[in-house]
Amino acid sequence: MAMIGYQHIICDPTKCIGCRICEYACSLTKTNAFDPGLSRIRVVRIEPITMTAVSCRLCEDAPCIIACPRKALTRSEKNGIILVDNDKCDGCGWCVEACDFGAIILNPATKRAEICNLCEDQADGPRCVKYCPKEALALSTPEVIRQQARREVVARLFEELLVEK
Amino acid sequence: MNSYTGKVLHVDVSTQQTQVQEVSPEFLRKYVGGVGLATRLVYDNTPKGCDPLGPENALCFACSVFAGTTVPAGTKHSVASKSPLTGFIGDSLSGSHFSEMLRHAGWDGIVIKGQAPKWIVLFIDDDDVRFLDAEKFLGMGTTETQRAIRKALGDENIRVSAIGPGGEKLVRYATIDNDGRQAGRTGNGAVMGSKRIKAIAIRGTHPITVADPEGLLRETLKLIQVSQGPGTQKYRILGTPTNVLNMNKMGTLPTRNFRETVFEHAEQVSGEYMHDHYTQKAVGCSGCSIACEQWAEVREGKYKGAIAGLDYESLFALGPNCGIGSLPPIIRLAELCDELGIDTMSAGVVVSWAMECYERGILSKEECDGLEPNFGNDDAAVALVQKIARREGIGNLLADGVKRASEKVGKGSDHFAMHSKGMEMPGYDVRGMKTFAMGLAVGTRGPCHNRSLAYEADVKGTVDRFKAEPGRGKIARDKEDTAAVLDCLVLCKFIRNCLDNFYEDVARLYTMTTGLPMTAAEIQQAGERACTLKKAFNIREGWTKADDWLPGRVLGDPLPSGPGKGVYVKPEELRMMIDDYYQARGWTPDGLIPKDKLVALGLEDIAEDVGVEVAAQVAPLGTAAGA
Repeated sequence: MAMIGYQHIICDPTKCIGCRICEYACSLTKTNAFDPGLSRIRVVRIEPITMTAVSCRLCEDAPCIIACPRKALTRSEKNGIILVDNDKCDGCGWCVEACDFGAIILNPATKRAEICNLCEDQADGPRCVKYCPKEALALSTPEVIRQQARREVVARLFEELLVEK
Repeated sequence: MNSYTGKVLHVDVSTQQTQVQEVSPEFLRKYVGGVGLATRLVYDNTPKGCDPLGPENALCFACSVFAGTTVPAGTKHSVASKSPLTGFIGDSLSGSHFSEMLRHAGWDGIVIKGQAPKWIVLFIDDDDVRFLDAEKFLGMGTTETQRAIRKALGDENIRVSAIGPGGEKLVRYATIDNDGRQAGRTGNGAVMGSKRIKAIAIRGTHPITVADPEGLLRETLKLIQVSQGPGTQKYRILGTPTNVLNMNKMGTLPTRNFRETVFEHAEQVSGEYMHDHYTQKAVGCSGCSIACEQWAEVREGKYKGAIAGLDYESLFALGPNCGIGSLPPIIRLAELCDELGIDTMSAGVVVSWAMECYERGILSKEECDGLEPNFGNDDAAVALVQKIARREGIGNLLADGVKRASEKVGKGSDHFAMHSKGMEMPGYDVRGMKTFAMGLAVGTRGPCHNRSLAYEADVKGTVDRFKAEPGRGKIARDKEDTAAVLDCLVLCKFIRNCLDNFYEDVARLYTMTTGLPMTAAEIQQAGERACTLKKAFNIREGWTKADDWLPGRVLGDPLPSGPGKGVYVKPEELRMMIDDYYQARGWTPDGLIPKDKLVALGLEDIAEDVGVEVAAQVAPLGTAAGA
């Protein structure tokens, strides 16, 4: 079966506690220092209690790739992550503007775009997922998410039906 | 040196001058960070005898060592100054993204002095300090202020510590709020208000480096995993409100201004009931893997729309202690206190004191601005909290705390003014917890559960909680030192049960983070040093033995019901335990610190200020260290 959608980091807002440990772990992994400004996953909190983490969703028709005037962004054939060619990227920021999720960073030091690469160089997968204390983060695909969603909703409905009996 | 920046920012808001103080690794190792560092900054920058609400008082912020790292529950900061509530050291803590941003901006701490001619927002943009006009933010609630400042500065990443109307009006127990958490209790919000600083905004862009990144990641992953286990279960599932039923069962739940200790509506205001009916979400402080803060929302009725992060201490004070037996008004009251920027615990105890005064006829309806604040009257409680924050009518009296209010009102109202050193009591009736009774009496910032931790012995049953006996001094001292180590690092108290060998583990984390050597014995001594330094500050500000004491109700009124029915803390029992504590600390029978003791702790530079000469036979050297 052809894969529907790429695996990417998803965050369950009901589990996210807004601690930002994912940002700390990500930035340390990518920069060897704690620097959330360079974290490729960011936590958003709208006071008081709305919170979730956002990173690259590996969109099917990725607007960032389309927007790049220098063809610096391409998709990895291996896992679908967005690759940045640092020789071509000139830090213009169109990809940043094109991204609906605010998931792309312009690194002020290198002046190049940076995007979540799912820690493909780490043996045990994305660091943010590993360090999330509440298992709010997961590596998943839209297909897996909808499979889980329908199982959960059916389970809940039947539980309620049984209670009502 | 990693993590630390070795720099403290000094700001004079009168002259708008700034200075950079370089601090050495040795200095930082000694005072660590958090409460230890903030207290040292207060000691050094506040002239003896200064007016807490005058320009000379130094409002000091200090970062946690672990700020902005993956060390869970380690991103906090301390705020300290001379307290306008107690006249002694006022050290607060708050869990915060603010602490992390302060470090990113390049500072281990900030010292703020002076008084701005006009209200300002202090904007610290890395090493650029700006004094912005705050006129348009005046009167705003704490959350609204933070949001408005971020918007005005055009950067969502900016972190803000703000005061509410309570701080603007110099309520003596005003708080400083950051991201819905508060540096509370001792009135640092009033000190900030006295300097006409509505808010401090910080933007930092420097990375935080640690000495051993991979090692720290490994250790912290372990700690994050352990912190989802049994050691934190009570905090994670129900949050601290789980204490309501425990305290009620023990007969130590302060009810109706500590008149009773068993509350007939405890079930309806319990953590369990809140969880099932009101809790919407658990929220973690910055870098916290536990998330104890339970945000509760009222979805119908008179208080529809009220929402607050409700901890046990806020709940006891605004609920049972005011005779209020349902959660919606308690949630509303906590929300009001947080947004108006006043301490929930002090506010609750102040309101309950006013209620008792009203019921006894000490305060009339007219004196209460037409309100009829009987116990349980939630409308009156809401009105009083609003009046306090704005110092309107009777609120002006109550804004100064129960000590000052009872001195003004007289008529025996001091007997049930539930405070020590001027700070209102926390949510434990210590008549049934005698180790903790002494622990609260000797507290340097006033009676504080979080600084003392002596309740552990009474609650866990390692001692007979109804009994006073020698040996409790040493228990209280050891718990207080542990608490101080956590407060200096800073690590939240709630992670402490996740560490197997406490002092060894935190010393190792310290070294992995900073690259500075630290042994278990050294970090333990840093805790003792911090406790001693806070006491030294108090002595310098005129502390005497008489200040370590408890309210008349605790010392004279027997518990009316519950498992401890009939018991109270006899003054001679308290005296004996306090003497035992002084001895365990290596202090004189008058509670003063021998010069030798200060020297042994590396505080030789203040030994002349506050130390006393002691003949060797009176207090043998090494009493505390060896005991």
